[in-house]
This record gives sequence, C-alpha cells and structure tokens, in this order.
Amino acid sequence: MKIKRNIALSDSGFVFNPTTGDSFSTNPIGIEIIKLLKEGKNEDEVKKHLIKSYMTDEVTLEKDYYDFVNMLLKLQLAEGDEDKDEAKN
Amino acid sequence: MKIKTKRKINVAVTGLNAIDSPGPGIPVIRALKESSEFDVHIIGLSYETLEPGIYMHDLVDKTYQIPFPSAGIESLLTRLGYINAVEKIDVLIPNFDAELFNFMKLTERLEEEMGIKMFLPTIEQFEERHKSNLAEFGKKYGIKVPHSKMIFNISDIPSLRNEFTYPLVVKGKYYDASVAYTPEQAVTCFNKISTKWGLPIIIQEFVYGQEVNVTAIGDGKGNTLGAIPMRKQYITDKGKAWAGISLEDEKLIEVTEKVIKGSKWRGGMEMEMIKTRDDEYFLIEINPRFPAWVYLAVGCGQNHPEALIKMALGEKVKPWKKYDIGKMFIRYSYDLIVGLEEFEKISTLGEL
Repeated sequence: MKIKRNIALSDSGFVFNPTTGDSFSTNPIGIEIIKLLKEGKNEDEVKKHLIKSYMTDEVTLEKDYYDFVNMLLKLQLAEGDEDKDEAKN
Repeated sequence: MKIKTKRKINVAVTGLNAIDSPGPGIPVIRALKESSEFDVHIIGLSYETLEPGIYMHDLVDKTYQIPFPSAGIESLLTRLGYINAVEKIDVLIPNFDAELFNFMKLTERLEEEMGIKMFLPTIEQFEERHKSNLAEFGKKYGIKVPHSKMIFNISDIPSLRNEFTYPLVVKGKYYDASVAYTPEQAVTCFNKISTKWGLPIIIQEFVYGQEVNVTAIGDGKGNTLGAIPMRKQYITDKGKAWAGISLEDEKLIEVTEKVIKGSKWRGGMEMEMIKTRDDEYFLIEINPRFPAWVYLAVGCGQNHPEALIKMALGEKVKPWKKYDIGKMFIRYSYDLIVGLEEFEKISTLGEL
C-alpha cells in the first residue's frame, strides 16, 4: 500500500488530497505512519518501527494499524498494490 | 525606475445580482479591479432595482437599468445607445445565459455603430451546448454525457420508466435542477421548474459521483487560455457553491481542453461534470459565460476576466500553464445600508 504521491501532510496533522479537495486531520501517530509510508517503507518496516517506539503488543498494533490504513484507502489517500497494478494495465 | 501606468478603460457589466443565487457580475468586476494592466471604470447594467451591485459604489461607478431580454434587441440597442453616449463603453461583458442571445445578435452592430467590443461565443457554439443538445455535443467532441431527453408535457412522465431508472434529474432550459426519486416527485419538479423557466424540461440520467466544475476561457481558435477545476465544499439549498476549493485534476483539464479545442470555444465558460468513483467524467452542463465563482481563478493566479477584456480588444493573451491548488473561496452575505434617495433614483430615472 502506498500513500498517493500528491497527498499533502502538515506537521500539525492536516492531510489534504488535492485531487478530491478533501481534507482531514490525524494525530501524531497517524502523522508518523503516513510519513513512513510516504518515504516508501513497507508494512513490516512501519510496524517494526512502531513496536520499537511505543509500548504496545503486536496484536494491538496489528489491529490498529489495519484500521488506520483501511481508512486511508477508503478516504482515497492511499492506493493498494492491486490499484497500482490495475493502473499499470 | 520604470513605472507601468495602467490603461484606462470603460467596461460595462451585467449580472449585478449578488444574491443567494448570484450572478457573475460582481466577481467579474472584482477581478477587473485587480487587473495589473487596466484601470477600469465600471458601468453596471441592471435589470431590477434591488440588485445589490447597483449600490456597491466601491466596485460599480455608475449603473443603468436595461430592458429585460424579452423586450427584444431593438429596445436593448436603443438603451445601450443612450448609455454609450454618456459613458463611451469600450468593452461589454454580459453575464446571464438568458441575455446572451440578444447580445450575440448585436455583436456587429454594437461594434460598428458604437465601438463597443465583446468577446462572446458564436451563436452556433451557444446553441450546440444547450442542455437539450448536450447528447449530440458529447458525441461530437467525444465526451461522456448522461442520457437525457426533452419533454414538453407532464403526461410524458409515466413513460420515462421505459428509458430511465429513478432517481433522475429534472432540469429547466436555462436554470434550475432537482433530483426526483419517484414519478410523483418528477411531476412536482416539472411543475415547479416549468412555471419559472418555461418549456421544455430536460430529463437526465442521475450519475452517481462527485460534482466538479471548471471555469475556463477559450480564444476562439481552439486554445484554452486558462482553466481552474473546483469542487463545491458547501452547497446552498439552491445548489449554489457557498464555498469551494481548487483541485489538482489533470484529466479534468484535459477534458476541458478537448471541449474548447473541438468547439473552438470563444470566451468564458463553466463546465459542470460528475466524476465517478472509477474516475470517469460525465458532462452535465456547459454554461456559456463565467460562473459566479470566477474570482477563485484570480485567487489561483489566473485573471480570466482580464484575459477576456484583452481578447475583446484584439490583443494577444499568453495561456496560463499553472495555477494554485488548494485555494478556497468562502462566500458571505453582507448588509448594505442604502438611502431611500438612491433607491428612488434607480427606480424612477433608471440610473444611479
């Protein structure tokens, strides 16, 4: 899963999608995840980073992480690998 | 140091009704007042005495009432003759769909007899983009258009089920549109819209998606001089944008350029489109003039009304290549306090 290339993210957690005109706000952990995904980190790398940085267990992290990235997909802020494959075709 | 002096110019503008369903006149005037090339003297042309622009003296220098379009071109010409004798109009910008036909018919006479220049679409362009001709327009220029049909009688509504599924959109020839979810609602919409705007009524397939709009200007030779895509963020009960934001949407710009290139569009225009979840674009309407939100274009770095003046004067305009994305407009209402003597003057003398 990748964050769409034109998504703008500010330090305050304001997220702007210039294609749809939609804007959202996210908390500091959300900012961190979006930044890591924007840098091109994959799912394992992001999860590893979060486990190291925060006092949480893998099961809780997994659940919250998928909740969050599914929301990013639903809000058209990210695209799944299958979307990209379709776009290539 | 070289100081650039602005050229003085007299511009007449209609559409001073800055109301809940606003005309584009005031935004066009604001754009012209911010021109880097022209020092504009604005002559307002109004139809009714309570159009707010008449009383906005910081924007409109002098206003004259003009006859309603139904009075015909001769009475319009006579009135403009009088106004021009006083004001010496250089360029005139009509901003209403319903008045455009008369002004297009008068284009040559206004220029030859009075020296008034305009930059309007041709009658052919004006006619072919009519809501009732939109299907053919789409076919001609390779743009997807929702299925639509003209009806003249309320008795045509029951048989719509053979061609359309509900919900469907009921539209007036010039203005107004409502979504009907049942045949009964379609009857109500038919009555409401036809009473106000006459016949025919256009029935259009309802396309699910996000409405996106573009304000643009064509040079009449197929080139797009500027185009700004926008999404409405706050919509009034009349369906008008009360707030909006400029978008990054290359595909929408491409569609706009395709329409302008194919039709050799001349002048300002607004395209109303629906973008589906699958990124398909359906054209639902083309308005043959600037929209009331055209001032957003200025905010994004493209002064379309200024470009229109230059085109009308026969000057070259370099097409814009970029604009600011994520610029918003937020409309507001404002109470003007007006002395009765001003209202009396425009009501009795027809000028203020």
